[in-house]
Amino acid sequence: MSSSDSIKTVSRSLPSCLDAYQNLIEQILNDLTELGWQKNDLFGVRMALEESISNAVRHGNKEDPTKQVHVECQLSPSRFWARICDEGEGYESAAVPDCCSPENLESPGGRGLALIRAYMSSVEHVDKGNCLTMEKKVSQ
Amino acid sequence: MATLSRIKVNESSGVSVIRFQDEKIIDPESIQQLGFELFDLVEKDQRSKLVLNFSNVDFLSSAALGKLITFEKKAKKAGAELILTNISPEIFQVFAITNLDKLFQIKDSEADALAVL
Repeated sequence: MSSSDSIKTVSRSLPSCLDAYQNLIEQILNDLTELGWQKNDLFGVRMALEESISNAVRHGNKEDPTKQVHVECQLSPSRFWARICDEGEGYESAAVPDCCSPENLESPGGRGLALIRAYMSSVEHVDKGNCLTMEKKVSQ
Repeated sequence: MATLSRIKVNESSGVSVIRFQDEKIIDPESIQQLGFELFDLVEKDQRSKLVLNFSNVDFLSSAALGKLITFEKKAKKAGAELILTNISPEIFQVFAITNLDKLFQIKDSEADALAVL
């Protein structure tokens, strides 16, 4: 993303607990609303942030209070980009079972990644798998 | 029945119609409490016909989906019938992305559900 497209950046380090990030998500969504984003696209951004940060807390950092989740976002009228990093050991995203296959349908977990991928234009795991970058272009 | 904080239950011709108190079902403690309250409906109260009305809900996380799946399994095990209704297009898309529209019985409205229960 070129610096001329970037209107606002958000950067925060959060504790590894599941009730520590809702205010940040609301702030990002408010900023996107001010940049003209509509309800449909905001729903997808909320879902991707909720699932990626909770995954980082739960699975990446195992809710270890000594570890943090690092969130960096770039927001513009046409594009949302985020990088979510945990301080865990990393993992191989390709090894995550398909939550939507018939044999896994009744499993209570494992849907976060599928939802992130469905709502974002692109998703990439980087480093040793403990960082996720995602991007969404606003719907035309 | 214990005091409910995450759901409201009304009876309609022998059918338990359940509505959610939260518009956004994301808080982990609320989701856990939601699970307890839903599970008790089939396991303690032994209700056999249930409608879960989503008209108040404008967002839910995958953790909330997990609780609903567990509820569905417990209802099935207890021989209870469960129908989901009044799901907004955005929430329905979440069910469709995760193929859960194939797991749950879903109707457009409470009236449609009551007609078959």
